[in-house]
Amino acid sequence: MADGSIIPEALSQMLVLLSPSPPGWGGNLLRGLMHSLQIALGAFGMGLIIGTLGAYGKLYGSPLVRDLAGIYTTIVRAVPELVLILLLYYAGTDLINRILEASGYQRIDISGLVAGIVVLGFVQGAYATEVLRGAIKAIPQGEVEAARAYGMSPTLMMRRITLPSMLPYALPGLANLWLIATKDTALLAVVGFSELTLETRQAAGTTKAYFLFFMAAGLLYLLITLFSNVIVGRIEKWARRGMPSVREAR
Amino acid sequence: MMGSDAVSINPLQPQTAEQAEAIHVWNLHKRFGALEVLKGVSLTARDGDVVALIGGSGSGKSTFLRCINFLENPTSGVIRINGEDIEMVSDGAGGQYPANRRQIERIRSRLGMVFQNFNLWQHMTLLQNVIEVPVHVLGMKRDAAIAIGEQLLERVGLSAKRDVYPAYLSGGQQQRGAIARALAIQPRVMLFDEPTSALDPELVGEVLKVIADLAKEGRTMLLVTHEMKFAREVASHVMYLHNGIVEEEGPPEELFGSPKSERLKQFIRTVS
Repeated sequence: MADGSIIPEALSQMLVLLSPSPPGWGGNLLRGLMHSLQIALGAFGMGLIIGTLGAYGKLYGSPLVRDLAGIYTTIVRAVPELVLILLLYYAGTDLINRILEASGYQRIDISGLVAGIVVLGFVQGAYATEVLRGAIKAIPQGEVEAARAYGMSPTLMMRRITLPSMLPYALPGLANLWLIATKDTALLAVVGFSELTLETRQAAGTTKAYFLFFMAAGLLYLLITLFSNVIVGRIEKWARRGMPSVREAR
Repeated sequence: MMGSDAVSINPLQPQTAEQAEAIHVWNLHKRFGALEVLKGVSLTARDGDVVALIGGSGSGKSTFLRCINFLENPTSGVIRINGEDIEMVSDGAGGQYPANRRQIERIRSRLGMVFQNFNLWQHMTLLQNVIEVPVHVLGMKRDAAIAIGEQLLERVGLSAKRDVYPAYLSGGQQQRGAIARALAIQPRVMLFDEPTSALDPELVGEVLKVIADLAKEGRTMLLVTHEMKFAREVASHVMYLHNGIVEEEGPPEELFGSPKSERLKQFIRTVS
């Protein structure tokens, strides 16, 4: 057997195409993956902050705050995400620039990364509000009452009692939101942000190796999910530290 | 020494043998919508008093206790704790709420509440439950709080369970842990809201024993209870509530020995 015939011709061509340095496109895919992860992390974090504020607003806020939070979650969850992304991305950056111009400042270029995080974070926040609201309501009220009875201030109670107690109830929903965030980054391809899906499309379009590159991208998305499952599993085990396992209680 | 003598003779302090007032409640009313649960209840507890509140369900005894640390806002009436009047403001709808949240938080952090359903924080171990308020509300050093917490757990017989989460403890153990949590704040007054009502009968004794020991060492306590025999043994003063008013009150031997009101006679017959 001659050298090189151990790896069939077709396979070696694939490896060349996937190699991380040119002429391979692997580097572009990995760069796209990093961008996707950055946006997903940023958007998820922003969603958590908005969600916490939204949940507290809906549960304990004044009638005005409750109404505002209600309008926010209803509208964001009613409009297709793709529409929201187009709307917020183009209309949002346009609005900011108009305001800047009107007040005598220069137009600015809003980076795709920041815009992506803000747009997806705004969407995530609406879903997180509902997940966290449900989780806070699931806390045994006696524990909250005990915190009040011992003189905890509202912020201390939130930090020491409410948030840690609601975590076990919130985690399954939050894990869903995180996985949705990683995949929603693909929607940003429509506004020309070079995340994993757009990079894949470019690589596939240029080389005509559609199957190869979309399979590779699918594999990368799958790896994110598998890795996330391990992390979420650990966090959930820690968050449920005071709770007997469901199987024992059966 | 001359100096210390001068301090001890305080003209503002009453020179009687009477202890200082820890809790003074006057003419307390509480209304839930159309239902008036408390119709003018008054109480004075001095240091060392053990006041037992008894009465049928719906008599208002638990509500009264919960008004004292403002878990419920009284509709009207005066509450003075540690000689400090709690300021209230009207909510514009016939009720009122505390004017100063910080005052309420300060007062609460000196009242050790023990609940019917224990209400230990499930995400913390027993020791963490006990040191939580000293460290995070009262600002005690963590090491000092742990030292005190370990002593208290030893007192209630739970040293071995310090690192166990509440869900893995029996009801009696949880309630004894909750008592340790209340003691950890060095409370001026302990408030017990039916501490044994959620317990299996065989676990009641261990909790009552801990409470009786506290009474013996002169702790000031308000105790809402259904355990008449226990109230008779540990209380220095018993109040019988019926339909939101104090129907009869006095020393336990008088109240249980020779009840005057027909309702109290009947109540004692039905529960004993």
